[in-house]
Order: sequence, then structure tokens, then C-alpha cells
Amino acid sequence: MIVDWLLVLAGAAVGAPVRYLTGVAVKRRVDSAFPWGTFAVNVAAPFVLGLVVEGGAEHAIGDRAELLIASGFCGALSTWSTFSYELLTLVSVRRVATAAAYLCASLAAGLAFCYAGAALARGIWAP
Amino acid sequence: MLLTPDLHRHGHPDHSLAGRGATLATVALGGALGAAARYGAGRLWPVPPGAFPWTTLVVNVVGCALMGALMVTTKERFPRAPALLGPMIGTGVLGGFTTFSTYINQTRLLLDRGDGAVAAGYLVLTVVAAPAGVWLGVLVARLAFGISVRAGEAG
Repeated sequence: MIVDWLLVLAGAAVGAPVRYLTGVAVKRRVDSAFPWGTFAVNVAAPFVLGLVVEGGAEHAIGDRAELLIASGFCGALSTWSTFSYELLTLVSVRRVATAAAYLCASLAAGLAFCYAGAALARGIWAP
Repeated sequence: MLLTPDLHRHGHPDHSLAGRGATLATVALGGALGAAARYGAGRLWPVPPGAFPWTTLVVNVVGCALMGALMVTTKERFPRAPALLGPMIGTGVLGGFTTFSTYINQTRLLLDRGDGAVAAGYLVLTVVAAPAGVWLGVLVARLAFGISVRAGEAG
């Protein structure tokens, strides 16, 4: 279905610029080696995704909305490529502890927020 | 192997409103194309619930390898390339192609099903393979361009 593709394109066309703007805004305000911009989007996106996927499982969110928000918006809002590049960059300038903290914090916070989003969806929509 | 610490060493292409608008439009277009490619991969190689999410793993590792190659191409080989190229392909296409949220949510769903071993394997394998992908992309691009593999190691 062409509509499915258009929904993914539309969601991503919003998610990617939001990630970019988050990076720019954070860089302007926070002077830190820790990549707070990527960290923020990689925690926020799993929260929204957990909410939408669980909302879909409860039949409160339709397949098309899931394509738009989950595959499109959340997929483009979050990133592994920049995340990996930042990890390697930190290691290559010998900030290994910062890289390890960045990795562990992203995984732990990402999972925690994803569970929180799913719990919120069940709180709202579960019978 | 030293990577250029600042992702935006050459500054943003333009700080004017029009320049910012052009960058945003470029990132949006690239992100949409990257996400469509990821969605297409998911339709070509669907993974049933409870199975190891190979498709997303491969998408993320391939996106990382291309990111490494792109960084060498735009920062070391062609530093005078159009300034919008980095945001278009790196922030846009590859950022839209790879996904951290789906990776995290797949891990959650596997854990919820009681497939702890698959979840842990997926979690760890991606953590190892994604940065290794960037490293490999940097290495292959430097070899292809005849740049010293230890470029930037001095100091």
C-alpha cells in the first residue's frame, strides 16, 4: 500500500529534523563532552515507541498511526549511526570512561523510558 | 585510529534563517528516505515475534558502516564538499535508516515474552557490532582513498 510508505516518510520527515534541532539546541546551551543531544532523543524515542506499540496492542492506536509514529517518527528521531560514531570518537580521544557512561546510560535510560511508555499506555487504555 | 572529535568541525552551512531552513529541509528529506529504506528492509525480511531481530541488527550495522565511510569522505578526503552533504546523508539518511528506539523496544518485547537469552544476545551483539561497523567503514574508506589508516593519530 502506497499509503503505508507515505506515512513512514511523513513521520520520518518530522523525526529527523527534531533530532537535528535537539542537537543544535543542546550544543548551544551545554558545554560538555557527553553527547546530551543524541542521548535525549535516544531516550525520548523509546518512550514514545513503548507508548504507541502498547497502545496498538490494546487496540487503542491503529496500524496506520503506528506506521506514522513508530516506524516513521520514532525511527528517525532515534539513531544508532551517530550514537556509534560519538562512542568511537570519545574512545579515540581517550575519554573511555565518558564513552562507557554514555553507552550504559543510553541503554538503561532507553529501556526504562520504553517500559514507562508501555506502562503509561496500559494505564490509559488497558481495560 | 583517531576520529575527528567534533561532528560539526566545519560549522553549520549557514546560520541565517534561510540557511537553517535549507538544512532542516535537507535533513527531513534524507531522514524520510533513510526511514523508507529501513521500512522496506522490514517488509522484505520480516522477523516473527520472539525471533532474533536480524533485520534491525543488519540495518543498524550497515548504517553505522556507511556513517564511518561518510565521515572520512567529507572530513578527510573531500573537506570542501558541499556543506549540506553531511547533514543530508549523515544526519538525514543514515540517522533515519538506523534506529535506537526499535532496538530498545524489541529488547523489551523479547524480555516480556520471557526470551531473556535472545534479548541479552541481541542487546550485546548490537552494542558490539554497531561501533565495529563505524570503525570498519572508517578503515575501508581510508584504504580506498589512500589515507593513512592511523590518520590523525599524532598528538
